[in-house]
Amino acid sequence: MAPKTDRIPLLTSEDIVNVRQMVRSIAVELGFSLVDQTKFVTAASEIARNTVIYGGGGWASIEIIAREGRKGLRVTFEDQGPGIADIDQALKDGFTTGSGLGLGLGGAKRLVNDFNIESKPGLGTRITIARWKS
Amino acid sequence: MERIPILKIGRLLLVSIQVDMHDRLAIALQDDLTERIALTGANGVIIDISALEMVDSFIGRMLSNIAGMSKLLGADTVVAGMRPSVAITLVELGLSLKGVRTALSLERAIELLGIADPESEPADGAQD
Repeated sequence: MAPKTDRIPLLTSEDIVNVRQMVRSIAVELGFSLVDQTKFVTAASEIARNTVIYGGGGWASIEIIAREGRKGLRVTFEDQGPGIADIDQALKDGFTTGSGLGLGLGGAKRLVNDFNIESKPGLGTRITIARWKS
Repeated sequence: MERIPILKIGRLLLVSIQVDMHDRLAIALQDDLTERIALTGANGVIIDISALEMVDSFIGRMLSNIAGMSKLLGADTVVAGMRPSVAITLVELGLSLKGVRTALSLERAIELLGIADPESEPADGAQD
């Protein structure tokens, strides 16, 4: 596959399923172990839902990355929603401003190797997650 | 809209989730199942998730909700067949599915609910 996918829309709950299935198929292609696939797909699902529910919709893109001969997978989620005012608080377990359990971001962070979040109140949020093949 | 089928066997309701559920489908299952428990007077619910390749916080919450709601309606719920990779991921995610009984397989779930195994001897098959 190409190193980076086009932007995949994230507007509905079906789109969340679509993104996690795409992430899984690329993780399988890269030879991720079953546990690594599951962790990464679950993290992607959590963040994708965050984009749909809190970001008011957005998009995701998936790319294959390489560092020192190791391959990995990175997914970027972007929205132009209200943004996150207090990122540290948003990453705490139990924090939610919506109907979720509040495990989304903090839980997803534990399932990946790299987690990056940039957010500007009123302008939107960009979250990047990556996992390296073990 | 598509629906997850709910099978009735005596006083047991059996659901086998065979698709990657989107959130609205999960909510529909929760609603349908509580309605069916009330309608049929079922006292046991088994949800087979052996085909699920992942359970995220939304699906996990749906499973907890079903267990809680069916308890209030007089039915015990057992979630059966969770894959080991899913269990590892759920724990790391921080979701322990409190209040949800689980079993490794459908057979174990049936045992756990105390439903007589048709193949067992009547003498040692006495159940409460």
